[in-house]
Amino acid sequence: MSKSLFEKVWDAHAVRQLANGQTQLLIGTHLIHEVTSPQAFGMLRDKDLTVQYPHRTFATVDHIVPTNEAVEPYSDPLAQGMIEELRKNCAENNVTFFDTNTGKQGVVHIVGPEQGITQPGTTIACGDSHTATHGAFGAIAFGIGTSQVRDVLATQTIALNKLKVRRINVTGNLLPGVYAKDVILHIIRLLGTQGGTGFAYEYAGDTFDNFTMEERMTVCNMSIEGGARVGYVNPDETTFEYLKGRPYSPTGEAWDAAVAEWKSFASDEGCAFDDVVNIDATEIQPTVTWGITPGQGVGIEENIPTIADAPTQSEKDSIAEALEYMQFEGGSPIKGKKIDVAFIGSCTNGRLSDFEEVAKYVKGHKVAEGVQAIIVPGSQVVAKIAEAKGLDKIFIEAGFEWRAAGCSMCLAMNPDKLVGDQLCASSSNRNFKGRQGSPTGRTMLMSPIMVAAAAVTGEVSDARQVFGFKS
Amino acid sequence: MPATPIKQVSGKGVFVPGDDIDTDRIIPARFMKCITFDGLGEYLFHDVRKTESGEDKKHNLNDPRFAQASILVSGNNFGCGSSREHAPQSILRAGYNAVIAGSFAEIFFGNSINLGVVCVIASDADRKLISAAIEANPEVELTIDVENHKISFGDQSVPCEIKPGARDSLLSGNYDPLAELLEGAGDVAATAGKLSYMQA
Repeated sequence: MSKSLFEKVWDAHAVRQLANGQTQLLIGTHLIHEVTSPQAFGMLRDKDLTVQYPHRTFATVDHIVPTNEAVEPYSDPLAQGMIEELRKNCAENNVTFFDTNTGKQGVVHIVGPEQGITQPGTTIACGDSHTATHGAFGAIAFGIGTSQVRDVLATQTIALNKLKVRRINVTGNLLPGVYAKDVILHIIRLLGTQGGTGFAYEYAGDTFDNFTMEERMTVCNMSIEGGARVGYVNPDETTFEYLKGRPYSPTGEAWDAAVAEWKSFASDEGCAFDDVVNIDATEIQPTVTWGITPGQGVGIEENIPTIADAPTQSEKDSIAEALEYMQFEGGSPIKGKKIDVAFIGSCTNGRLSDFEEVAKYVKGHKVAEGVQAIIVPGSQVVAKIAEAKGLDKIFIEAGFEWRAAGCSMCLAMNPDKLVGDQLCASSSNRNFKGRQGSPTGRTMLMSPIMVAAAAVTGEVSDARQVFGFKS
Repeated sequence: MPATPIKQVSGKGVFVPGDDIDTDRIIPARFMKCITFDGLGEYLFHDVRKTESGEDKKHNLNDPRFAQASILVSGNNFGCGSSREHAPQSILRAGYNAVIAGSFAEIFFGNSINLGVVCVIASDADRKLISAAIEANPEVELTIDVENHKISFGDQSVPCEIKPGARDSLLSGNYDPLAELLEGAGDVAATAGKLSYMQA
């Protein structure tokens, strides 16, 4: 019987059925960081348990790391305490830790792939909802809570209900100036923030076939913003090419065997899906969020919706709440909203190709007066390559602050935060109320190029016009 | 050893209006700089309850009439966003042990059940009845009957839903799966043994 990748990977990792009907699922690769793991190690100590498969857990530090302060102790003693706790837990339990002095530290969802730890046909879990990023490689990757981090440390498994699979086909060529970020913002706008609840999303179609691994990661990363805990792309030559020669990738004969095995996990031709959605890539515009959920987005040429547009009372309430918080008027153009801060980085868009693309266009431009623009590499590896290519100099010359690797202004657990009701053009993944650190701070999600366009004009702009894209 | 089965929960309720109540709203990330979950209850819904200068906003969660509540009543897609267990931990540690919503985000739901925080789904119309009853009389006792899919309050009762697996876990007291997962160690080793990437 033909099967989807999800079913094949699930079947290969299903250990047994539990009394409540859930599956005990083997988690092959466990990624941990400083925020959601210390309590789990604490629970292990309380129960006198040990890490069962320490060679399959990998740690890094990302959320709390200051991006403008290299020397410890950090000025925030709480942050210092968290990094020290992770160091201690990794050392005591023989867990590999990509610490700040290794040259490999960074956002966990950037480190896993670039080290070659993220591989097709595997299961991956991490105490972070953006773990679906790793699905770009044809892995089934779950965001989990801290009690489940404990479960993985102690047993290398979690208890889980099997998901349904929705295939999302995107076909055609993206218009110039339209990026992977726009594809996922468009998908969430179409299917809603809870449309994916209970589903794994299989992203397919020639648009995805033609995507680089970094583009695939950007889309998979935001699956959870559409309610889907898992998102993946079937592995292909692009996947294998990316993985070849990475530190944790197999070598020699083992490489050939691994590739053959990885290929076997791809969804079978004609296999059944619980749902199928088809999207025409040419309909996708540069997309910007105007509200307080990632589903509240519009194309750059569109107006913000009005309360009257909404068909149901609960949607009217949601729009009213979002407009009030964002201080926007319903029916006004999204274009032209004055920004205070521009942020390029995060596990969604903090990879080398994001920076190369931005550098190509901001060269010769200047960040607008009164705008703070920060650009933050997703890992020390990304930073090193970007600097070797001179990208940092282009950004600094244009008026951006080039920072050290970390989660930075995506989530407000480090010094990079909005102040008061500042409006931020952001390449990150969440525009929730207060997400970027100020309880009244406002976030507009968009692609890195659109953030760059907003940074240099001081307002939400169409990057295609600002940078003279040829259509 | 299983925990005490949770067949029903009773308590006073408080209505937290809005759909898409995300985990950043349940507990803002800046309060997660900690290595234990102790003390998180204090920050539950912090920015919903407090102004930037730290004064109380007008909100049901600050209203003394609802100070004794132990059941939250809210909208659709409750708990969306992050996988942070800090969210249900702060709910539990602030003295709440159940949430009635229109729907739940998946990771939040799983995290909550693992802690024995009862999460049940009720329709928009039924949640309106419940919140109206609480508003009319904050002392009204809500009872969520997990076994019989029912929420009773005063002389009224409405149906509620919960995923069958989660329901079984609560009813059997096995909602924390660790003990059962540990028992499977032999089977885990066998499954791991068949996967090349699992080898040391």
